[in-house]
Amino acid sequence: MDVRLPLFVITPIFGAIIILLVGKWDKKIFPRIWSIITMAFLLLLIFLTWDKGTLLHFMGGWEPPYGIVLVEDSLSLLILLIINVVGFLSIVFSYSYILRYEDYLRFFSMFLLMIAGMNGVAIAGDLFNLYVFLEIASIASYALVGYGVGPEELEASFKYLILGVLASTLILFGIAIIYAATGSISMADVARFLINNPGNRVVLLASGFFLMGFSLKAGLVPFHAWLPDAHPAAPAPISAMLSGVLIKVLGIYAMIRVFYHVIGITPMVSQIFIGIGGLSMVVGALMGFGQDDMKRLFAFSSISQMGYVMIGIGLGTPLGIFGALFHLLNHAGFKSLLFLSSGAIESETGTRNLSELGGLREKMPVTSATSVVGSLSISGVPPFNGFWSKLIILLAAFQARNFLVAGILVFTAFLTLTYYLRFQKNAIFGSVSEKVKGAHEAPIPMVMPLVIFAIFCLLIGVFNHTIISGIIIPAGQILLDRAGYILSVLGGV
Amino acid sequence: MTLYFLDFVLFAIGIYALVAKRHIVKKILGVAIMEYSVNLFLILIGFKKAGVAPILTKDMDLVTFIKTAVDPLPQALVLTSIVIGLGTLALMVSIAIRLYERYGTFDMHEINRLRG
Amino acid sequence: MDKHTGMTPIVKMITKVLCGPMLVFGAFIVAYGHITPGGGFPGGVMIALVYILITLAYGRVIVERKVSGITASVVDDIGALIFWSVGMVGLFIGGSYLFNFLGKGSPFHILSAGTIIINNIAITLKVGMCLYAIFLALSILQRVVIDEPKEEEE
Repeated sequence: MDVRLPLFVITPIFGAIIILLVGKWDKKIFPRIWSIITMAFLLLLIFLTWDKGTLLHFMGGWEPPYGIVLVEDSLSLLILLIINVVGFLSIVFSYSYILRYEDYLRFFSMFLLMIAGMNGVAIAGDLFNLYVFLEIASIASYALVGYGVGPEELEASFKYLILGVLASTLILFGIAIIYAATGSISMADVARFLINNPGNRVVLLASGFFLMGFSLKAGLVPFHAWLPDAHPAAPAPISAMLSGVLIKVLGIYAMIRVFYHVIGITPMVSQIFIGIGGLSMVVGALMGFGQDDMKRLFAFSSISQMGYVMIGIGLGTPLGIFGALFHLLNHAGFKSLLFLSSGAIESETGTRNLSELGGLREKMPVTSATSVVGSLSISGVPPFNGFWSKLIILLAAFQARNFLVAGILVFTAFLTLTYYLRFQKNAIFGSVSEKVKGAHEAPIPMVMPLVIFAIFCLLIGVFNHTIISGIIIPAGQILLDRAGYILSVLGGV
Repeated sequence: MTLYFLDFVLFAIGIYALVAKRHIVKKILGVAIMEYSVNLFLILIGFKKAGVAPILTKDMDLVTFIKTAVDPLPQALVLTSIVIGLGTLALMVSIAIRLYERYGTFDMHEINRLRG
Repeated sequence: MDKHTGMTPIVKMITKVLCGPMLVFGAFIVAYGHITPGGGFPGGVMIALVYILITLAYGRVIVERKVSGITASVVDDIGALIFWSVGMVGLFIGGSYLFNFLGKGSPFHILSAGTIIINNIAITLKVGMCLYAIFLALSILQRVVIDEPKEEEE
C-alpha cells in the first residue's frame, strides 16, 4: 500500500481544474506556470517512487480482486518516465509556442488531462480503469489535434475521433467479453482464472477485439489511416506527445500489458504481432519517401518505428522484449525531438514543406544541430541511442532464427537513413531559401527542450549499458513473469 | 444466446453506419449505436430473469441472494461508459458543427483536403 | 423583447409550471442517490434539463441572465474540486484515495454511506452545469452556422 500512487493521476487533474478556474482571472501567465509546476511535481514523484519494487494502492481501501487497485512495477515506471519527461519538456516548449494561439487555458488544461489519462493507463491494475483512463487521454487528444480549428485541423481531428471511438468501443467490447468469460476485471484475477482454466475459446474473440482496438490506437499499418493526418494537424508539442508518448502508452503498452499479463501470449498472437510489425515498418518507411511536409514524414516514420517495437515484442524472447522496450524509450526521445524541432522551424519560417526550406544551418544553428542529432539517432548511426535498440532487435531476430524478419529490419533501417538524409539535405543544409532568409534562432523556452532531448539521445547512446541494466531489463523481466505479476498484485489472496 | 446474437447484429449495424455512410451525422449515429450495443452487452452479462436488486437485507439468506440478485458490476461499468459516451458525443457534434462552418457540407467525401 | 423570443405561450407556460417540480425531483434523486436508484449523474442531468428547457422555451438571452456560461463553468470546476478534495481528505486520513472517512451510519437513512452523499452533490454540480455549458456552447456554434450563408447572399 503506497500513498503516492494516486497522485500520478490526481495531480494533473487538479492542475487541469485549477487552470480553468483561476484562468478566469489570469488567462496568460498562470496556466503556463502552473502546468510546468505540475509536471515538475510528477517528475519528483517518479524520483521518489524509483526502484522500490512493485508498489500497490487500493482505492478507497478496498482490497483486490474486488476493489480498484493501482500497480506500479518496473514496466509502469519505464512508461511513467517516458510520459512525464516528454510531457515536461513539451510543456516547457509550449511556453513560447502557445503564443500563436489566443486561448491558453484549454490547451494546458487538456494537456494535463491527457497526461493524467496516460499516467492512469500506466498504473491501472484492472481492465476497466485501463479503458477509462485510455478514454480520458484519447478525448483530450482528439480535442488537442483540432486545437487550431482550421479546416484541416478539424478534418484530421474528426477522422481521428471516429477511428479512436471505434478503437475504444472494440476495447470495451473485449473487456466485456473477458468479464463474461472470467467473472472479473482485475487484471491479476483474470490472469489467475485463465491460468487455472486453460482452453477458454471465448478469450480468442476478446483477443481479436483487443488486437484491433489497440492496433488502431497505436496506428499500426492496416489501422494507420488517422495517424498521418492527425500528427501534422496538431500543434507541435501535441504532435510530440502523440507520437512520442500517446501511441506508445495507449497502443503498445496497453497491448503488451493485456496480452502478456492478462490473456497470456500464444504463438498465434506472436505471429500476428510480427506480421503487423513487419507491414508497419515497410509501409511506413516507403510512404515516408514521397512526403514533402516535414511533419507527415515524421508521422510515417513513427508508424515505421512502431513496427520495430512490435517485431521485438512478437519475437517474444527476452532479448527481443528488451530491444523493444529500449526502442520505445529511445523513440520517445528522438521523435519528440524531431517534432518539437519541426515546431520551432515552422514558427520561425512559417512553412513545413521541405521544398521551401533550406540552409537552416546558418539561420537556426541550435535547432539544426538538434534535428541532425534526432535524425541520426532515428536512422541508427552508432554513437546515438537508436543504433543500440535496433541492433538488439536485429540480434534477437537472428537468435530466433527468423532471417526474413532480420532482412526486413535491415532493409527498413536503410530506408529510414535514406529519407532522413533527404530531410537533412533539403532543410538543414544546402543554400538558404527565400522563406528561411528572415528566420533566426527560436526563443529559449523552445530551444532548451530541444537541447535536453539531444543530450538524452547522446547520453543514452553512450551509456547504453547502464540504461539497459538499470531500467530496461527490470521492466522486461516484469513483462515476462506473468505468475510474478499475479503474485505481487494479489499477494496471498 | 439469441439476445447476444442480436446484440452483435446491432454492433455490426453501428460499424456499417460508421464506415459506409458519407453523412457526418449518420456516422455519429453509427458511433452511438455501436456504443449502446456494447452497453447492452454489458447489461446482458449481469441480467437474470426475475432478478432482484443486489442488496443483502436481514430477511434474506445468502443462497437465495446469489441465485436471484443481478450482477451489479456491469451496471456500474455501463454507467461509466455512458458518461464517457456522452463526452465523446458532445465533442463529435461540436466538431461536426465546426466542420460544417468551414466546409459548408456534411458530406465526408467532400471534406477531403487531407490524404489519409 | 422578451415576448418575441422563444416558443409559443403554451410552451412557456408549461415550462414555468414544470421547472420547479423538475428541480425538486432532481434534488430528490441526488439526495437519495445512495439508498435508492439514482445518484449524482441522473440528478445532475435532470437539473441540466431544467436549464435546457428554459433555453428552448424562452431563448438564450433569458437563461443567460439567470446562469451565464461563465458561472456554469465556474460551478462545474467547483464541483470537480469538491470531489477531488473529498478524495484527498480520504488520502490523508485513511491512506487511500476516496477513503470513506465518515461513519457509515445505519442503512436506509439519509445520513448514511459516509462520503458518498458529498460526492453525489459534487457530481451533480459537475454534470448539471457541464451539460448546460455544452448546450450553450453548441447553441453559440449553431447561430454562426445559420448566420453565415445569409451573409454570402447579401
